[in-house]
Amino acid sequence: MSLLSYLINGISLGSVYAIIALGYTMVYGIAKMLNFAHGDVIMVGGYVVFVLASGMGLPPVLAVMISMVVCTVLGMAIERVAYKPLRMAASPLAVLITAIGVSYLLQNLALLLFGANTKSFTSVVTVPAVSLAEGQLMISGETIVTIAACIVIMVTLTLFIKKTKAGQAMLAVSEDKGAAQLMGINVNGTIALTFAIGSALAAVAGVLLCSTYPSLTPYTGAMPGIKAFVAAVFGGIGSIPGAMIGGILLGIIEILGKAYISSQMADAIVFAVLIVVLLVKPTGILGKEIQEKV
Amino acid sequence: MALLDVQNLCISFGGLRAVDDFEIHIEKGQLYGLIGPNGAGKTTVFNLLTGVYKPGEGIIRLDGQDITGKKTIEINKAGIARTFQNIRLFKGMSVLDNVKAGLHNHYKYSSLAGIFRLPSWRKMEREMDERAMELLEVFDLGGEADYLASNLPYGKQRKLEIARALATEPKLLLLDEPAAGMNPNETKELMDTIRLIRDQFDMTILLIEHDMKLVSGICEALSVLNFGRILAQGETGTVLNDPQVITAYLGE
Amino acid sequence: MKKLNKTTKNNLVTYAIVIVAYLVVMLLGVSGHISSLMEGLLVPLCIYVILAVSLNLVVGILGELSLGHAGFMCVGAFAGSFFSMCTKEAMPAGLRFFLALVIGAVVAALFGILIGIPVLRLKGDYLAIVTLAFGEIIKNLMNVLYIGRDEAGFHFSMKDTLSLGLSPEGKAIINGPQGITGTPHDASFTIGILLILLTLFIVLNLIHSRDGRAIMAIRDNRIAAESIGIHVTRYKLMAFTLSASIAGVAGVLYGHNLSTLTALPKNFGYNMSIMILVFVVLGGIGNIRGSVISAVVLTLLPELLRGLSDYRMLIYAIVLIAMMLFNWSPRAVEFRERYSLKRLFGMWRNPEKQADR
Repeated sequence: MSLLSYLINGISLGSVYAIIALGYTMVYGIAKMLNFAHGDVIMVGGYVVFVLASGMGLPPVLAVMISMVVCTVLGMAIERVAYKPLRMAASPLAVLITAIGVSYLLQNLALLLFGANTKSFTSVVTVPAVSLAEGQLMISGETIVTIAACIVIMVTLTLFIKKTKAGQAMLAVSEDKGAAQLMGINVNGTIALTFAIGSALAAVAGVLLCSTYPSLTPYTGAMPGIKAFVAAVFGGIGSIPGAMIGGILLGIIEILGKAYISSQMADAIVFAVLIVVLLVKPTGILGKEIQEKV
Repeated sequence: MALLDVQNLCISFGGLRAVDDFEIHIEKGQLYGLIGPNGAGKTTVFNLLTGVYKPGEGIIRLDGQDITGKKTIEINKAGIARTFQNIRLFKGMSVLDNVKAGLHNHYKYSSLAGIFRLPSWRKMEREMDERAMELLEVFDLGGEADYLASNLPYGKQRKLEIARALATEPKLLLLDEPAAGMNPNETKELMDTIRLIRDQFDMTILLIEHDMKLVSGICEALSVLNFGRILAQGETGTVLNDPQVITAYLGE
Repeated sequence: MKKLNKTTKNNLVTYAIVIVAYLVVMLLGVSGHISSLMEGLLVPLCIYVILAVSLNLVVGILGELSLGHAGFMCVGAFAGSFFSMCTKEAMPAGLRFFLALVIGAVVAALFGILIGIPVLRLKGDYLAIVTLAFGEIIKNLMNVLYIGRDEAGFHFSMKDTLSLGLSPEGKAIINGPQGITGTPHDASFTIGILLILLTLFIVLNLIHSRDGRAIMAIRDNRIAAESIGIHVTRYKLMAFTLSASIAGVAGVLYGHNLSTLTALPKNFGYNMSIMILVFVVLGGIGNIRGSVISAVVLTLLPELLRGLSDYRMLIYAIVLIAMMLFNWSPRAVEFRERYSLKRLFGMWRNPEKQADR
């Protein structure tokens, strides 16, 4: 039974990683940049819900929706101010470093506003826990909501990209910006939309993460951000199902590693698995290999 | 014995035979042309000859030595150097350093000599500078030795690429569309340069080209490739008058 | 031979900047103008400069993005401090520290080879994330590593101090999360400056040698480099290993500047690797002198802003973003070129930009 409950916990944590990784992977696919500030948007989403729900007593659902709006606006603002001017820069490293700058900025802003001490986050989930097998297996409400949210997001996003014009535009821009522009696609708008969706997802992920692990600091988003990035690479960066698979596998590996090997070494195990996967398949599980034409 | 002797060369990409039963025999000192419509597989042949792709079947012999399936580096050491259709210079390096990079395997000193600037470093670097300048002068690039390679005009970039290939002291030089993007004057100048390379360096040259004036002007023999297969082969004049070749180029 | 003189002159300017900075600091120190806070920053400054220059070798000269540089620093720091702890009584301080530096460099180089062989097959962002992963693994491993010594020799464990099974006279040297305590304070500003000069000497001379040309050729065009007979894997590994080894030296300096050496996210985590990358990119990718200057400026900046207390890191972040936009955005680059001083003061006699290396 304990293995099963670890697996469920792993899938739950993995679902959070997957939601963050979706944002990472979409932004990477379309803007070809590693958005290091993505993890910190999660943290912002967490703080917004904390202030609204715990501080002002708004109903949790409303708080989450406002948080999504705030993060969407934030994501688009970051893109517009810090990343867009560097889209044509001589080195792709320029925008990477700027993203790091934005990450510092968000962390220190949160530090100024909320201080360094840990805020205890009250879970926004009202779904009751489910008890299975005569009480031997408990599944918490947070776990149920997280997994459900992940599935809903995954399905919606896939449908959005396959069935809508905006989704098709995203695919086109990620394939070839220049050609997409010539076909009359609004490239700047499409990229902004991608950042908007990714940031809204980050807000959701932030709430789910803080509900399951109820402590909030300005650095809450950093490590999950990196892990989700690992998950995205793991599954094949740029691929949406890849981010999903990568995220969930990563969550399971982390929880099982903590339970059965060593809690101190859990992160190391996660990273070691990533390395092994990339050495066997250098573009991740579902990544496409692109051969350079000679 | 031919300098380059290729038999039954084949490669497939995902079921498509890109090059099929290709053969070629080039004598030492020959100026040989490889022509054919777009997509016929000419550059693929170059990639097979230089080890960028591994042939599915066939044998490649250079000067009697079997080089089939070897790596690019080994093939270069065995004596094949090339240029690229889409120019591939070391853009962040100076023109001189591009050629000196080509001298890499011919002027050696240890890493320690380089870091501690031992006498062998000084001596070798001086010799490399002299040799590289000689090569640059052949292409009239001596004045631009200190320029960044990316700042050279297009025609000179093509020449620099040839100079770099020659620096590796090859037995066989492969030129992939050397006249692409050049105006008639530049092409004429290039023809003279190619002849000069052959005479001065005693070089054997195989070139891919679309410019028929260049091909008929300097190539002594031709192979025509169409859909990955050889359509015609032989002396330039004969091949260019072959009705099959004319059809392939101009259509029915 | 005009060209040789030009590069030599360029290198000499870089050395001169370091030496002049050293002399100025020493003069200020003698006349009592350096606060104790500043004094405490001098050795870290040297460490950051060395790290930035060595990372630039990988990022700027080899052209690969590595996010695991702090891992090599970590390995070097622990190897060096471990050696010093073992030989504390056995040899004079000078010799001991020299050997510790050598050992740190060698161990970090070994890790460089070990990690470089698999990692350098990957490309671009994949390489970046795997180096980050290796850096984190190294940091994690250091936190579960226990090594002690008694009469019977060395004992080793991955669990805790007790399972080392030391005799009563034995002593744990590496203590898991507590790290190494009591490393002799051998690092000094003067040694740091000497190590900076040595690093610059090695890296600058490498760049202008046959090996350096091969490395830069791979950076600019791997396929063309192969076609002229350059062994791509060998030279990639050479640059990566040398860079790791220099980072190891910086680590030894770090370990011998503190009484307690622990592997924390703050000092050896990916954040440190990223900070060094920031130095490199802001100083100019491939520009060694730029790395030196930006490492110094960006380390001092938060300290100079100390008066602003809580706002200093916020301002640091804003300055970083602003500098990146100003340095790299194509529109800003165009603006700068149009109104640059050089242009206004008649540099148009040399319209073709010349290779300046």
